[in-house]
Parts: sequence; C-alpha cells; structure tokens
Amino acid sequence: METITLKINDQEVEVEAGATVLDAAEKLGFDIPTLCHHPDLEEHGSCRVCLVEDAQSGSLMASCITPASEGMEIELDTELVEDARKMNIELLLSEHPNDCMTCDADGNCELQSLAYQYGISNPAFGTMEKAQFAIKDKNPFIQFNPNKCILCGKCVRVDNHIQCSDAIDFANRGSESVIATPLEEGLGGEHSNCVFCGQCVEACPTGALSYKPAQGKGRVHEFEKVETTCPYCGVGCQLELRVKDNQIVQVGSIYDKDHPNPLGEACVKGRFAYDFVDHPDRLSKPLVKKDGELQEATWDEALDYVAEKFSEIKDEDGGAALAGLASAKCTNEENYLFQKFMRGVLGTNHVDHCARL
Amino acid sequence: MKDSTYRSQVLVCGGTGCVSSGCQEVMDALENELSSNGLADEIKVVQTGCHGFCEKGPLVIVYPKGVFYCQVEPEDVEELVAEHLQNDNIVDRLLYKDPVTEESISNYEEIDFYQKQQRIALANCGHIDPHEIEDYKEQDGYQALKKTLTELEPEEVIDEVKDSGLRGRGGGGFPTGMKWQFARDAQSDKKYVICNADEGDPGAFMDRSLLESDPHRIIEGMVINAYAIGADEGYVYVRAEYPLAIERLQRALDQANEAGVLGENIFDTDFSFELHIKAGAGAFVCGEETALMASIEGERGMPRSRPPFPAQKGLWGEPSNINNVETFANIPDIILKGAEEFSSVGTENSKGTKVFALTGKINNTGLVEVPMGISMKEIIYDIGGGIGDDKEFKAVQIGGPSGGCLPEDKLDLPIDYDSLIEAGAMMGSGGLVVMDEDTCMVDVARFFLNFTQSESCGKCTPCRIGTKRMLQILERITEGEGKEGDIKLLRRLAKNIKSSSLCGLGQTAPNPVLSTLRYFEDEYKAHIYDEECPAGACQALLGAYVIDEEDCVGCTSCVDVCPVDAIEGEKKEVHTIDPEACIVCGSCVDECPTDAIFQE
Amino acid sequence: MDCACGNSEQNKEEYLAPLREVLKNYDGKQKDLIPVLQDTQEEYGYLPAEILAEIAAGLDLPFSRVYGVVTFYSQFHLEPRGENIIRICMGTACHVRGGSKILEKFKDELGIEADETTEDLKFTMESVACIGACGLAPVIMVNDNTHGRLVPDDVPEIIAQYE
Repeated sequence: METITLKINDQEVEVEAGATVLDAAEKLGFDIPTLCHHPDLEEHGSCRVCLVEDAQSGSLMASCITPASEGMEIELDTELVEDARKMNIELLLSEHPNDCMTCDADGNCELQSLAYQYGISNPAFGTMEKAQFAIKDKNPFIQFNPNKCILCGKCVRVDNHIQCSDAIDFANRGSESVIATPLEEGLGGEHSNCVFCGQCVEACPTGALSYKPAQGKGRVHEFEKVETTCPYCGVGCQLELRVKDNQIVQVGSIYDKDHPNPLGEACVKGRFAYDFVDHPDRLSKPLVKKDGELQEATWDEALDYVAEKFSEIKDEDGGAALAGLASAKCTNEENYLFQKFMRGVLGTNHVDHCARL
Repeated sequence: MKDSTYRSQVLVCGGTGCVSSGCQEVMDALENELSSNGLADEIKVVQTGCHGFCEKGPLVIVYPKGVFYCQVEPEDVEELVAEHLQNDNIVDRLLYKDPVTEESISNYEEIDFYQKQQRIALANCGHIDPHEIEDYKEQDGYQALKKTLTELEPEEVIDEVKDSGLRGRGGGGFPTGMKWQFARDAQSDKKYVICNADEGDPGAFMDRSLLESDPHRIIEGMVINAYAIGADEGYVYVRAEYPLAIERLQRALDQANEAGVLGENIFDTDFSFELHIKAGAGAFVCGEETALMASIEGERGMPRSRPPFPAQKGLWGEPSNINNVETFANIPDIILKGAEEFSSVGTENSKGTKVFALTGKINNTGLVEVPMGISMKEIIYDIGGGIGDDKEFKAVQIGGPSGGCLPEDKLDLPIDYDSLIEAGAMMGSGGLVVMDEDTCMVDVARFFLNFTQSESCGKCTPCRIGTKRMLQILERITEGEGKEGDIKLLRRLAKNIKSSSLCGLGQTAPNPVLSTLRYFEDEYKAHIYDEECPAGACQALLGAYVIDEEDCVGCTSCVDVCPVDAIEGEKKEVHTIDPEACIVCGSCVDECPTDAIFQE
Repeated sequence: MDCACGNSEQNKEEYLAPLREVLKNYDGKQKDLIPVLQDTQEEYGYLPAEILAEIAAGLDLPFSRVYGVVTFYSQFHLEPRGENIIRICMGTACHVRGGSKILEKFKDELGIEADETTEDLKFTMESVACIGACGLAPVIMVNDNTHGRLVPDDVPEIIAQYE
C-alpha cells in the first residue's frame, strides 16, 4: 500500500494513500471538530468547522474531505482557523433556536458542544427567534424540526446509502434549503418511502430529528445505557437501550464492525416496538386456568401441566394430532431445538415457523 | 463577407439587443422593398449575430462599401433601398454621428466605439450569417481543426496553447494550456470536453453573443481540445434563458456533423468526437464547474469539493476538461496563426484580448473586445463615450458578483487578471457596469449580496448563512438602521466567507462588499452615522418630498399618482405633500411635468 | 391526493399520455432527469405532483431525489402558471438604470407580487437575474420577446399587447 507523509502542527505522520487530512490528524491524536463528517458515510464537506490551514498556501481547507498529499504542512491552531471555525458555528447558531433548556437533545447535541468548546456565549448574529419552517410529520415515530437542522446531510446519506430507503433528500436552494420527503409531505406522508428505521435520528448531530415516543421523557445524562440483542428476529441486531428509572426511553444504535448490524441498523420493530416491555398487561409469570379462571402459577406447575396435556393427546390421538409454530424472535438454535422436540419427542411433522407466514 | 452572385449584401444585426430594438421588422421591410423593386436577385439580406454596438441598434451594414447605418426603423427602409441600393447615395441621416464633432461617419471602423477594439473571439460576430457553416468556412473556419488533425500531435496542440499564454476567460484566469495538460495526463479510456456557457453574471452577455453570432468557432475550439486531451464526447452547457443561442448552436452542430467536422472520422481521420447540448435549468451556481457537471448528471447543482479536480475526476468520475465559451473562441486563431501572434497582444501575464460587456450609466453600451493591458479609462471614455446625462463618473463594477467596484483613481490601471485582483476586483466573465454619482455604493453591495445570497446552493455554512447575514446588515444600513460595529462585522464575515466557503461562488461573494468598503467606506459611514445616503439613492434615508411653489403648475398629476393620497391640491393651485403620510416612493417625481418636486 | 385528471383509470392514462411520449425520447437514466422535466413542463405548463411521481417511476429514481432536483432549479414550477410569463430583469445594468421602478409598475398594474400569478391565469411575473440584454437596460422579457429601454409609462401598453 502506497503511503503519504505529511506534517501536522510540525509533527510528521504517515498515512495510506486516500486518507484525508482529518484521518492523519486523528492518527496523531488531534481532535478536530466536525459536524457533517461521519466515518461510515461518504464525505460531504459542507459544515466547514473542520477547517485547517495549509501552511504553504495560507488557505483553509475542510480536513474531512481533503485528501492528504505528500509533503503537506498543516496547521490546526492558527488565528485564521480559529476565527473561521468560530464564525461558522456562530452562523449555524444564528439559524438555530436557542432552546437547549427544553430540547430533548440537550447534552447530546454536537452544535451545543461546539458552542461550549468555542466559548460562544454571545453569538455575533444572535439565534433564531422565529421559526422559519413548520413541522409537518404526521407519524407516531419520528419528528423532524427543520428549524433545528444544520443541513449537514448525515440523515440523507444514512437514508440513501445505508438504509437505502431514499425517503429523504435535500430540497429547495440556498437559505430555503431543507431536508425533505417528496412534496415535503413529511415522514409518513403519502409519497414517503420512510420505513422508520430511526437511523437518521441516530445520525442527527442536533435535536432536529427526534424520537417522538421519547419526547420529554429524559435526556442523555439521565440515561443508563444497556446493550442488548433485539428480541424480534433471528438476525440478532445489537441495540443500545437508553433507560431511565428502569424504563426504556429510546432504542439507540451501536456501531461495531463485529456486530450483525455493524452500521447501527435497525428496523421499525427493534427501534420502536419496545412498549411491551413495561406494559401492565405483559405476562411475567405463567397463568394456568383453574375453575375457569386464569391464575398465577409457578413454572414447574405450568410446564408439568402442559406436559401432561401433551402426553394425553399423543396417547389418545397420536403425535400427528399436535402441531407447533416457532417464532422468529427465537435464535436459530432455539428453533432447531423446537423442531427436534416436536419431531423426536412429540412425534409429529407438523412444525412451521412464523417467518413463513 | 463576400458573395459574388450578389452585387450587394445588406447585413442586419440579429443579436438579442437589436432583436428587441426591432430588427426583424427592418429585415422584413427590407425584403419586401427589395422584391417589390425587383432587386431580390441582386441584393442579399443577411441576418447576422451581434455586432456589439447594442446602444445604436438596429444596425444595418451595406456591403460592398461597408456603410454602417444605425437606429434604422422600418420606415427608413424605403429611402435606404431607393437611395443607397438603387442610386448609390449614402443616406446621411442614418449614419453614426460623432458625439463631439457631430460629423457623420460611414465606415464603422472609424467610429470610436470600434476603433480601439481588437477582435479575435468576436472577429466574425456581426459579419457572417451564424446559420450557415459555409459563411464560417469562408473566414478560414475549421482550417485550424484540419491543421490540428492532419499536421499536429496532441502534445503539439497543448504546447501551442501553453505558449500562447491563454488564460481562462470565464473568471478564474487559470492557464488554459496547463488545464489541458492535466486532462491529457489523466489515464482513462473515457474523457469529456465541456463548454461552460452557463453565463450568469449579471451584466455579462459575451458568451450569449458568441453562441448566437459565431457558434461554429466554439465547436471548432472544442473539437481541437478533444483531440488534444483524447476525449471522444463533449457537452455544451447553455443557460436555459438563452433560447436563441441554443437554437443556433443546435443548427450549427447539425451542420458540423453533416460536414464531417464533427462526429465520426473527422476530416477522414481516425478521430471522432460526439457533441451534445445541455440546457441549464436556472441556477447561477451551475456556472461553477463541479456544480455544472453535477447538473449534467441530472443532480442538484451543488458543487463538489476539489481536489480531485475535474481533470482527474470530472463528469461521471472521468477526466474532463471544462473551459468557458470565450476561451474556446480563441483556440482556432491560436492554432491557425500561431501562439506567437496571439501572445504579441496583451501584457506580461495576460495575453490576447478580452471581451467586455459595457453597460450601465454609459453612452455607448455594447460588447467590446480589447487587448489586455488597455486602461479602464480608454474603455469607458474612448470606446464607451463617457458618462451620460452630464453626470460624474463614480465607479465601475467589474467581474459581476465575484468582482469589485473600482473608483476613478484606478481608471488608469492597465486591465489584466493580476492587476484587477490586486485592486480588489477580478476579471470575472467581463461585465463592466459603469456607475455615476446617483449610484449608492452601499446599495450596489446590497444588490450583489442579494444576488449571491439567493443563488447560493445552500450546501456550505459560510455561503448559505454568511451571505444572508451580510445581506441583512447591508439592508439595515441602506434602511438607515446601521449600527456601530457593522463595518467591522462585515469585514469579519467577508474574511471568513472568503476563506472557508466550499466553492468559488462563496469564496468570491464578499468581493463587492470588500471593494466598496475599501474605496467608499465614507459612504457606509455616512449611512450609519449621519443617516444620509450621499448618492441620494436609498429611499429610507432621503428627506421628505417638497413641492416647489414657483414651479408647480397645479396639474394634479402628482395627486393622481400618489399611492397613499399624501398630496393635496386643487387644479391650477400649488399642491402640498403631507410629510407624515408620504412614503417617499418617488412616483410623484417621475410624474411631475415641471420637475417641481424635490427632496429636502 | 386527488388526481387532477379525475379518477378513472382511462382519464389518468389520457392525462399521462404526453408524459409517456416525452419519456420515449430518453434512455430512462438519471442524466435525463432535467431534460425530461423541461420537456414535461413544456407539455403541462408546470409540474403537477402526480406527474413528478410518474417521472420518478419512469426514470427509476426515488421521488425524493426528483423533488430535490425540481426544487433546486428555478426553471421548474410546481404550481400552474400564467399564460404569459413576464420576466423582469434585476441584473446590475438594469438595477442602475432603474429596473426596480419597472418592477413596481408591473406590480401596480397587475396587482400581484413578483413570483405570483394573476387570478385569471393570464400573467405570471418573475423578477429574474440578468437576462443578458444589458445594452437595453432596463429590460424585460414577455414569453420569448424582449422589451428594452423601458420607462414605467411603457408598462401598461406592454401588458395590453398580451391581454
């Protein structure tokens, strides 16, 4: 593999050809702020906060999208760099409401963090005072508030290139630009392709995209994060439960190349269908019908009861009188065991699986 | 223009300027008059492309003498035919009159407007029929291509272009030969040549004129380019607002394909080149080369980060060379006459000529081609005939929204790429808009920022939001709401938008503000601190309107036109304006027959 | 959404016929999107929602992308337009020669703002960037005709020509 040597803040670094200046800086342990950059997505180069200075020409470049080249000398901390980054953050703030106090993304907002990092307590152009756009979503899952959107386009890239739903894209032009569904009908609109995978919400660096069911139910610093396997199907997606007071508030993504969903993918069920977990009607103990009434029982009682009834049927009418339907929520191994049990123990070939229905 | 089967030819300028001045009616009248006099077989009427002197249109030139008639009306045709074409008497009253000596000038080459021009790119404009490939061929058309394909190696073509010193005429001024070399050096089976005809700078129309007047020259330049870099396919991306240019170019493409100078096996060599036209769809940013390519691909015209440059990864990811219309128009001459002749014109680092669109508060508006290094003063006063209406010159805006405004003391500057950048402007595509004492420089800056702001693609933060903030500040200042600190904030915004925007549109958007701040800061200060607009252009800063009692004749015109009924007065009595109700719209001033209304 | 063509399948096919003709001229790739939109707008006068959905299907493109392209370029219109399109040049040369007064006069005469259409669908008025006829400033275009060197008083007569 061809390598390239360059200097960043006078430190030499060697990177593979094709690496960006940002990659090289990160290799040296420098922390360059970014908003539109995402390691799993094609670069966009639009937010202009990852600017660095090319010492030879004195010009600024977006480090996330500029390929490293041999002999480059990059400066990260010049006045030109600092002021340009700061101004671009101030410009974003001028088109963003100052409502961190009540925003669900408080503490989990990259724009907020950068404003803090750059000490922008009094942005040069103020903040957005009157909402420019209406909120149009009529679905129960995801809310898009264009007023909080910084047009980094991460949601579009996740949607188009990872989820491949093509539900959203940039629309309009210039300061009217907005991320939109066809005809701006909103997610869940008549022509919307959205499958509510929630990937866009996970990618959003601000509070522009949020989970509706989680609104007002807690913010990032209040969450306990629990890694778990999605219970819905055999893929085994890894998910991050964000839990407050022992209740799941939202289901987030985990990015790990060793996972079956390495880019944090999920489906609408894994992302949103968790309300059964704490539902009052959920069965947490077996029930056995006694005297016409369902009554709580121990597992031993319940299993003995089922075994006894199965045996009766098998003895009277033969194993073929029994049939079993397995669940996609179980793992492959569990499904294997199930059919083995049906065939080997109960003596029936009547086994099927819900995934076929 | 010679055609031996006719004893005389009458050229009627059919540029957009003259079309709107009514040249079609003049053409029709001429043809009718000639047929009814039985002259249709002796005298040919030819509609040409733009002759440049739009101010005096419709223009008519009668050969063989080359007599130049201007502002010809259909009613003049009868006399023109009877006198000039039948009796060989020049019609003096239709000739151009020298504004100083008031003498009639019959040969257009002696008119000041043309005298100081040197035409390479525009050489054929106004002299040939753009509809006929044969007319172009008569002017040595496609000879440069023949020479290229039959005598030169691709490297030799590139060397010739390098030696000529030609730099991109679309604005940036990058050396054309070098650009071609990069595209040649890129390894790929597929390469593209693209002509950028998305002329969008307000105040520039040379590309339009070239395409409408001499489309084959552009085609020839592109095919030579394709041979040099090894491309077999190309696009001309033309603004949709130029339907006539598209129509004439399409006709020229069809003829060129037919004639074997385009398409398969050009001049019976192995070289083939397929050329398409793409019409733009109304987005100024598509003049930026990467946005233009995105647009050809059917995407939103959002610029892409460079590097990689188009020469490495351009249209559909393939190496592509993209040049402006005027750049291509210079190529045939360079190949045919040699780099040396081309580079003998111009300055050290800017060779050849440049076409400028001369407009604004100037006597002779039109399209001019001048050698690089000429001074702005010569263009404005010798060619342009100076400022109209006895007004004082204030500034000249050069280079469109990316350019800047230069004041009087910069008028002696020899015009070339580098001197203009040093002075805070840029060549841009070559719009020259002259402004007089009535033009407010803050308002001009506001005008340009309004333009770039609404044409920003919206991709990157500094351009999308920064230009909007700049515009808001400028609007405040022109509305009398300027604040302490505004000038400083404008400068800080300008610096950062320039240094951090993704593409050329944003990187140059602050130039009109920076150059007006550099040369006319006092005007900004007058608006902010004294709440005055020295040019008297910013309505909100003007005092109330008053009617002069002496001059008012009591005609009630102003009373009728006032949209808010702020003027009272009976017929034949002096009228008065209620300053509280007046919205300072100026309608009454326009209406008053005795100029009795003025501002305090 | 109710289809502008009425509801029957046959009406719909009739309504879509011109679009089908347009699509026949192209390869059905993304590069054809802008020319297809241009030709379609030529046929229908504007780009109705149901037509856009068909174009997306015809070119095998996501509707969201088609919508993104349509809304990027100012040439495309999602609403019906007037019979006559008045384009008032707001370029530099026109600006310094009083283009905004011409615009104001048109607003008064037509009773609409820029980028609006009169109720009788006779006129749509747009303020546009330079139309490249700066020698004639201030200048406007009505449909494909250029009218130059205007003063506000010329406006009523121009409108009358197209009524």
